[in-house]
This record gives sequence, C-alpha cells and structure tokens, in this order.
Amino acid sequence: MSSVLFDVPGPKARTRNVYLNVLTAVVVVGIIAFILFRFYESGQFTAKIWEIFTFPRVQQKIVEAIGATLSAFAVAAVGSLVLGIVLAFGRLSESKWARVPSYWFTEVFRAVPVLILMMIMYYGLPSAGVKGITPFIAVAIGLILYNGSVLAEVFRTGIESLPKGQREAGLAIGLSHGQVLRTILLPQAVRSMLPVIIAQLVVILKDTALGFLITYNEVLYYANFLGSQGKYGFPVVPALMVTAVIYVGLCLILSGIAKLVESKMSSRVKIVKTKVGMAG
Amino acid sequence: MNVLTDNSELFLNGFKTTLVLFVISAFFALILGTIVAGMRVSPAPAMRAAGTFYVNAVRNTPLTLILAFFALGYPRLGLPYIDFMTAAIIGLSLYTATYVSEAIRSGINTVSVGQSEAARAIGLPFMQTLTLIVLPQAFRSVVPPLFSVFIALLKNTTVAAGFSVAEAGAIRATLSERGEPLLPGLLWVALIFVVLVLGILTPLQRYLEKKWKVAR
Repeated sequence: MSSVLFDVPGPKARTRNVYLNVLTAVVVVGIIAFILFRFYESGQFTAKIWEIFTFPRVQQKIVEAIGATLSAFAVAAVGSLVLGIVLAFGRLSESKWARVPSYWFTEVFRAVPVLILMMIMYYGLPSAGVKGITPFIAVAIGLILYNGSVLAEVFRTGIESLPKGQREAGLAIGLSHGQVLRTILLPQAVRSMLPVIIAQLVVILKDTALGFLITYNEVLYYANFLGSQGKYGFPVVPALMVTAVIYVGLCLILSGIAKLVESKMSSRVKIVKTKVGMAG
Repeated sequence: MNVLTDNSELFLNGFKTTLVLFVISAFFALILGTIVAGMRVSPAPAMRAAGTFYVNAVRNTPLTLILAFFALGYPRLGLPYIDFMTAAIIGLSLYTATYVSEAIRSGINTVSVGQSEAARAIGLPFMQTLTLIVLPQAFRSVVPPLFSVFIALLKNTTVAAGFSVAEAGAIRATLSERGEPLLPGLLWVALIFVVLVLGILTPLQRYLEKKWKVAR
C-alpha cells in the first residue's frame, strides 16, 4: 500500500505500525467489550427480555413494519427523482417564469428541516381544514419536497458539467431546447452523477425513520412500542438493536445494488467518452 | 403574525436551545471528525480499518435511531445519568462526525502530492506532515462541503425535539397545548430556519470561502 502521506515503511516504521495496530485493536476491543459488558450487567442478554421476539405475531408485525418503511421509501424515491428532474429542467429553462420559481423552490425546501416539513403536513394542514392527511402521506411528501430539491441541484450540476459541444450539436441538428435537455443532456448527467444520486437515495431510506416522530407505523415506531412492554421487562435495548440491524442491512443492500449498477453504467460511459473523443 | 408575537418567549427559547445544541455538537463533531479522518489516512492498517468501520456503521444508521438509543436505551444500561440535552449532543456529534471526516478526507485528497512529498523529503514524520502541511490546506478547500455538513446538522437538531429536548422542533407541541393555530406557527418555524440557513450560514460560507481560498 503506497499512500501520499507516508513512504513505504522501513524496518523501524514497520515495528511502530505493529505497535499502533495492537494499540488500536486493544482500544476498539476494549470499547466493544465495555459496551457488551454493560449490556450483560444490566440484563440485556437474558432470555426473558428477548422472549418477545420469539412470538410469530411479533415477527409478522416487524415484517409489516419493514414493509411500511420500504413503501414510504419507494414512493419518496420515485417522487423525489421526478420532482428533481422537473425542477432541474425548470432552472435550466429559457423562460424566466420557470427559472425563478424553480430557483426559490429548491433553495427554500433545502433550508427547511425535513421533520418540520412533515409536521406542517401532518399537524399543520389538518388544523387549517385539509382532510385525509395520513402519516404515510406526510412522510412521503416531506421527503419528496426536500430530496426532490436536493436532487434538482444534483441533476443541474451534472448537466452543466457536460461539455458545451453536446448541447450545441443537439441544437445544430435541429432539436429544440427541451429535446436537447431530455434526450441528450439528462441521460449523460444521470450517469455521471449516479454516485451522488444513490447517496441521496440512502438518505431518503434513513430519513423514513423520521416518520417515528409523527406516528408513522414504521420499524422504529414498532420497536418503541415493543420497548414499552413491561410484561417482558421493557426490552428497549433489544428492540433498538434489532432496528439498527434492519436499517444498516437495508442501507447496505441499497448501496450494494448501487455499486452494481454503477460498475455496469461506468463501463458504458467509457464507450461514450471514447466516441466523443474521436468525434472531437 | 399573532402566533409569533403572542408566543415570542416560546420561539426565542426554542431557537436558543437549537443554537446551543448546534454550536456544541458542531464543535465536538469537528474535533472527532478530524481525528477519524486522520485515522483513515494513517499508516497503521488497524487504525484505517477502525475509522472505516465507524464511518460506515454510523452513516448507514438513521439519526432518529441513534438519538433514540441515547435517550431511551442508554438509561437502561445502569451507567451514569445524562439528561436529554446531553444525550442529544452525544448523538448529534457522533452522527455528524462521520460526515465531517468524509469531507476532510476528500479535502486531504485534493492537496497536491508535492506538498506531502516535500514534507517527507525534509524529514517530517506522518503526524507532522498531516497536522502542519496537509490539514491546514485541506481545511481551506473543504469549506463548502463542511458548511453543507453543518447546515445539515442545524436542520438535524429538530430531531432532538422527539426526544424531550425543548428546541425549535418542539415548538409545535407547546403551541398545540396552548390551543394556538398550528399551521402559522409551523410556517414561522420553517421561515426562521430558511433565514438561518440562507441568510446567515450561506453568506458566512461564501465569505470564508473567499477569505481562505487557496491559490493553486
């Protein structure tokens, strides 16, 4: 391993690295051991406190809660991507009437906390007479408004970083401004910004947990309910541990899929790039 | 307008707590994040592995879950008592530190190779190369990403409202108890956040960016 910040280690540095490795391992193992010991001491590993997870009814409810998390994620992800593309086109439009509102929309909704957006939906609108707002709708719309605005900026940056020749060539063969955006610029921008788009999708998945705070029946909400069961010794810590495993697992699966798509896409981008190079 | 003037003390106290939470968490996140970024570029493989593990584990966990652990789970472990404010600060710092470390690490990568090569050539060891030569330059180039991280932190403080910290996100609950109209109240909260982010933090970012610009 050669890095910018240090030379290939010589005999002295190798011994020092061994000491550093051992020291780090001791500290990390120490911290983990302390946490596990505290868990053990306070009775978090007793069979009684974990018993609640053995009931088929509870397991089924957990699966349902995962379904609720995933459905909120799916709706919010699709909605954010659509809103992001619409807003990005608005900001790149030739008309001032589309550019200015899109600019303020993205700026304002990126500045407001997602939780406040969800609260406006769930508590604010019904108090002003709007009916039919379920926690699911509040979570989905809150996530769409925020992440759509973030993705709009991502798409716009992607489109603006493309070589100018792409747009000019499109216009030269007689495509309209909108056609150039849709058929020439957007597909290339999506490919080059794919890592950022995926990272934003992981953010959406994580932020579905905010639904817990506005009583959306997702994984964390159900875990909190399980934790309050006095009959089974208040299994708060076990319930949170299960939730953490579920969330980290879902996020890692999403990132894994993302890496797969990315490697497939990037091999195609290379072909596009060489073609561009030859044409230029 | 009435909601704001009639409950001005509620809004003032709420946003004061938000700002305290923000400043303290930002301070600890910056320190911890810099240390983790240093670990991730260090010559010792175990340190790199520990840093990577921490960042990947925490970044894939929702902030709500982390705060729930410190507010609800921690008291069950029989450890020294911490109040909800401290719990929120610990959770927010641990969460934000991972983003700070990623921002700084990307900044370290932008410092040209010649800088650290020159530092090594005059005999500086790793720690001095990092702290005297590379990090000061890295910090300058990461002002924009670091500010996005801190803007995200300011907005994330609202999550603490769900765990018994009386800050801006909790204004809604008190308004609801007092029977005040909720929609105008929440819109005021949103507007104040817009002012804090677009009116204060973003101009500050532009100013620092210009002031600390590295000539390359």
